Amino acid sequence: MIRIEDYRRVAPPGVVDIILTLAERVRGRRFLHLSGGRFGSGPAEILQTLVPMMSDLGIDAAWEITGGDPGFYTTGATLRAALRGSERVLTDEALDHFVEMNRVNAKKLVLDADLVLVHDVQPATLIEHRPSRGRWVWACHFDASRPQRRAWTFFRPFVNQYDAAVFALPNFSRRLGVPKYVIHPSIDPLSEKNRELPPREVSTLLRALSIPQDKPLLVQIGAFTPAEDPVGVVNAYRMVKKHHDVRLVLAGTSGGEADSVAQLGELREAAEADRDILVRELPPDASLQINALQRAAIIVLQKSVRESFGLGAAEAMWKGKPVIGGFVGGLPQQIIYDVTGYVVSSVEGAAFRLRHLLNAPELIARMGAAGREHVRRSFLITRHLVDYMALLIHLSQ
Amino acid sequence: MTTRASQPFVFIGCVELRQALDHRATDERELLERLEEVPAGSVFYHTHGYFLRHRPITTVYGNDFASWVATQVRDQVLAERLAVVNPFEFTGLEHLREELASIIHDHLLRLSTVPRVEFGEPFYFQQSHIVEVALGPGTNTLGEFRAGLASVDASAIYFHMVEARARLGRRAGDFAEWIRTSLGMPELADRIEHIDTYMTSLERVRARVLALVDTALEARPR
Repeated sequence: MIRIEDYRRVAPPGVVDIILTLAERVRGRRFLHLSGGRFGSGPAEILQTLVPMMSDLGIDAAWEITGGDPGFYTTGATLRAALRGSERVLTDEALDHFVEMNRVNAKKLVLDADLVLVHDVQPATLIEHRPSRGRWVWACHFDASRPQRRAWTFFRPFVNQYDAAVFALPNFSRRLGVPKYVIHPSIDPLSEKNRELPPREVSTLLRALSIPQDKPLLVQIGAFTPAEDPVGVVNAYRMVKKHHDVRLVLAGTSGGEADSVAQLGELREAAEADRDILVRELPPDASLQINALQRAAIIVLQKSVRESFGLGAAEAMWKGKPVIGGFVGGLPQQIIYDVTGYVVSSVEGAAFRLRHLLNAPELIARMGAAGREHVRRSFLITRHLVDYMALLIHLSQ
Repeated sequence: MTTRASQPFVFIGCVELRQALDHRATDERELLERLEEVPAGSVFYHTHGYFLRHRPITTVYGNDFASWVATQVRDQVLAERLAVVNPFEFTGLEHLREELASIIHDHLLRLSTVPRVEFGEPFYFQQSHIVEVALGPGTNTLGEFRAGLASVDASAIYFHMVEARARLGRRAGDFAEWIRTSLGMPELADRIEHIDTYMTSLERVRARVLALVDTALEARPR
């Protein structure tokens, strides 16, 4: 059971009082979140905490999901990929079917609310069926700044029917006919992925993953895809390994796509040649293992070459670790250069900053502490809740 | 002796809802052109609003324009000239806008090429909407005010010392105004009014007000 009072010990002083006051103001109004599913996506992870928090505050908050046949899910995923800029084939028939399935969804769902937040692509066309009452906001959780043109031509008229849109960063948006608000995503400090873990529990979890702790660990967590550049991380590690006896852990999921399989094969080859490179495939629900790995690391990497907001950096900083991240997506927003870590644009840059930090252990501790405070103020779910309530109050004025 | 205020002081915290505008700049000339056309609220957001978002752990530039020019364009000369502009010295946002634009214009006149972002991020203009949040029942004495100020969310310091002065037209700031009119302590009010809120953090402003209040409390007859 999630209780708002539990967040007093982790949130900045005074924030829970602000939440309680805002909750008083929005009490009696109905919040409705609409998303494409309850598991396995960024919005779902946030809503799993946010909706119970709202309920604990006495706010009438509901979370509904859209569903349909396999074609509906496939088109939703294809459309999302195309809006993120990937080249995809979208037929008129598939798009018509997608819209039709949401017409059916609209009949099944109770859409009456004071504020309806529609998360991401799958439920977005429900806007055509909005009741006369209430404000509707489209919450975009990815970088939509360079969409495939055909996908955007189809999607934009739907977005323009909303009262407003929300993006994680100003540079993730396109020109729209409605106001665009900026609300960063967040992490839940009390979730399995981020809660405090005693060192003994960390050791047990690492032993289960066959990861020894006798050397400093450099850790990157993320999908084994070219976008996350795990091969670049291996190359950076090799430059560092000549000077520091460290171990590299690459942990994540493999999507099964051709490029992901190829990356994993390349990484396994590298691991066979060097026993200090450990590649670990994690199941989708490996929150506790990720928590332990980030806590066991001396430095966390997120050397992506393409990224959305990339909350892994905030997760690692919350655990007091300096982060070396790629200069993409939301990473420069999270990592304060030279204060909480470094953003880099090359393998050499990553290697240089790793060596720089490994040679200055006092800097690692200082940056880790600064990172935790930065996340406390800017990227915790308490701030996210405040932003959503402020959005409702602002749009109702 | 404890003086009761004629009106209680209610601390107001604030939440900043950010709005992205369809204006961006990738070089200093575009920065100038966009700066001249954005709503005044955007000038406020990138200057006064900097102090709500700025944390003591980061390098101080004083406003978002100077910060962008320094870290993304890497033009230290313009960054220094913009950073020194104290937004609290201007009576209106249009005067502040004019000063910033004039500095960029003058800087560009001295250059043969326009400095631009090569590897960094463009400047994205934003504006904000402030949602006010009343915190607590209100204080009636200087002692109660001191206790409230010590524990209130930092956004309340911003609201009463920055937002009230710069956007709401209460030039003395809410703390000084209440202490002067409701508690009848003009000397303490003057000292608080003259605290320099530029190039510092909200926590330091809080500490300075507390120090002045403590001095006044100690000096009062018991």
